[in-house]
Amino acid sequence: MTLTEKILARASGRSRVNAGDNVWVNADILLTHDVCGPGSIGVFKREFGQDAKVWDPTKIVIIPDHYIFTADRLSNRNVDVLREFAKEQGLPYFYDVIDDPNGHWTFNAARGQLGRQHGSRYQGVCHAALPQRGHTRPGEVLFGTDSHTCMAGAFGEFATGIGNTDAGFILGTGKLLLKVPETMRFYLEGELPKGVMAKDVILNVIGDIGFDGATYRAMQWEGPGASALSVDDRMTIANMAIEAGGKNGIFPADAKTFAYVDERARLNGTKATYDPVELDKEQNLVFDKVYDLSALEPMVAMHPNPGNRALAKALEHVRLDRAYIGSCTGGKTSDFVAFAEIVNGRRVQIETYGVPATSEVVNELKQARLGGSLVWDVLVDAGVKMTENASCAACLGGPQDTFGRLNAPLTCISATNRNFPGRMGSKESKVYLASPYTVAASALTGRVTDPREYIS
Amino acid sequence: MANKLTSPVYVVADNIDTDQIIPAQYLTLVPTIPDEYEKLGSYAMVGLPDDLYPIKFVKEGATKTEYKIIIAGKNFGCGSSREHAPIALGAAGVDAVIAESYARIFFRNSVATGELYPYEARERLVDEVKTGDVATINFDNDTLEINGAVHQLKPMGDVRPVIDAGGLFNYARQSGMISKR
Repeated sequence: MTLTEKILARASGRSRVNAGDNVWVNADILLTHDVCGPGSIGVFKREFGQDAKVWDPTKIVIIPDHYIFTADRLSNRNVDVLREFAKEQGLPYFYDVIDDPNGHWTFNAARGQLGRQHGSRYQGVCHAALPQRGHTRPGEVLFGTDSHTCMAGAFGEFATGIGNTDAGFILGTGKLLLKVPETMRFYLEGELPKGVMAKDVILNVIGDIGFDGATYRAMQWEGPGASALSVDDRMTIANMAIEAGGKNGIFPADAKTFAYVDERARLNGTKATYDPVELDKEQNLVFDKVYDLSALEPMVAMHPNPGNRALAKALEHVRLDRAYIGSCTGGKTSDFVAFAEIVNGRRVQIETYGVPATSEVVNELKQARLGGSLVWDVLVDAGVKMTENASCAACLGGPQDTFGRLNAPLTCISATNRNFPGRMGSKESKVYLASPYTVAASALTGRVTDPREYIS
Repeated sequence: MANKLTSPVYVVADNIDTDQIIPAQYLTLVPTIPDEYEKLGSYAMVGLPDDLYPIKFVKEGATKTEYKIIIAGKNFGCGSSREHAPIALGAAGVDAVIAESYARIFFRNSVATGELYPYEARERLVDEVKTGDVATINFDNDTLEINGAVHQLKPMGDVRPVIDAGGLFNYARQSGMISKR
């Protein structure tokens, strides 16, 4: 069996499953946030009753992250809906925006977007916060009300996005009926050359198979090239399985995975035991291709979809109005450090916004050094508008006053994961997706730029 | 639902993603709150580019569409997992989408909510028909009649009874998977 089949077999109490089987699967974790949480809670209460109790409070993780730093009244209300539910159900893993369990969240627009406006429990982007707070474990089943839930496949678990109705069903029963997906294998060899990042790997693959090329399927990453990737790099790649239509992305768990997961369970006091699945020699694959990482060059996905692939060096005629670094896939500490390496001692030539994925990333950037300076200061000195308020921000547009939102027909290069028309705001805007290196080099020139000339 | 549905169709191209079906700024609306459900319907398909789609899906000031059937190309509903997408269409009055193919989560959410029937076509229809053409879907034999031609659609199989029941919960209760109220 493939990794996905082995996990789903165990979670459905069977010795074996085959692609195409419909099985009832037990959830290990249900993740939700401020955009889909209130609707999922609404479904749960409508169907199971106003006084119903969730199936297991310790298996529900609620991380507000989408529309937080906005004066939009409904957005603020939705955070309060989550707080009420967490209180009523006694949920231990609700990462609230504010510290007062009886308070109400109101964003203070007069204080601006840059300075910290949240309490001590607030995390930021759910997919980046979930592993940091010790909720990802090899061999488990994670459901989340967000399509980028597949990011946790980096930790050797089955992780997939679902809708509110399915989430409401899980809240009441802990189970979901799933079709076992077919598995595609992406076998990585070699190491990434200078100036090329994990983002380039996934943009290349999506360009290769098409942005519906993995529809209904699992994307399994293997080989020495996959083993050589850091945990952060694996997250970047697993995150974008959905950008090829995939049901999930998954890496085999190894010593790097265990070290990360064990440390995070210890730091946060979360469940520390797990049972990883190992690779079988015999696997039923519907696609099997070898990719040589050492041959890769910096990639861009052009407007209007993530499969619209081009080499960065072939797009140097494309003028840009804005650059953006942030999101689950592109807002990790390693992403900002890479960005800082390029802009260190230089000035960006276009408006450039930086939104760390989580509060922990903010703290790390204010402690890590590049040369003699703090990474945060390198970015600010280069002209990047850095906010201390971690969130999804303009990656998905959001309310009008969202930090970095494209409120006019601008052309933006972004380290995020999706570039359909209107994704970052105005439906007349154009978004080019690229690695943090490429976004940084492009911010310095105001055109799409291959970053390799800026790396010593 | 009646076994036949006759309506003018709204025709869209390939790769209509969830941001075009319901742009992210409207995700502040919670679908289980009746007023907000209605509002979601009024914004259905508002993310389509104006130059490519000069005919509005929902008329200015209206809350419902006159098009109960959408004809689409490949990969309809790609992008986010927002259930607001099939809900916005259902709230606007859409009963069926006929596409060449679907993104997985949109298809699943359509079934789970019971908001609409996501039929797959056997051939590419979007180049043959235009917005405003009147079509009839016959749910008994899975056919679409439009502009004098009858097209056989792919039967929905296992998911059909879920939508017939009105979604996942009604189906689960009818079939004894969860207790009746």
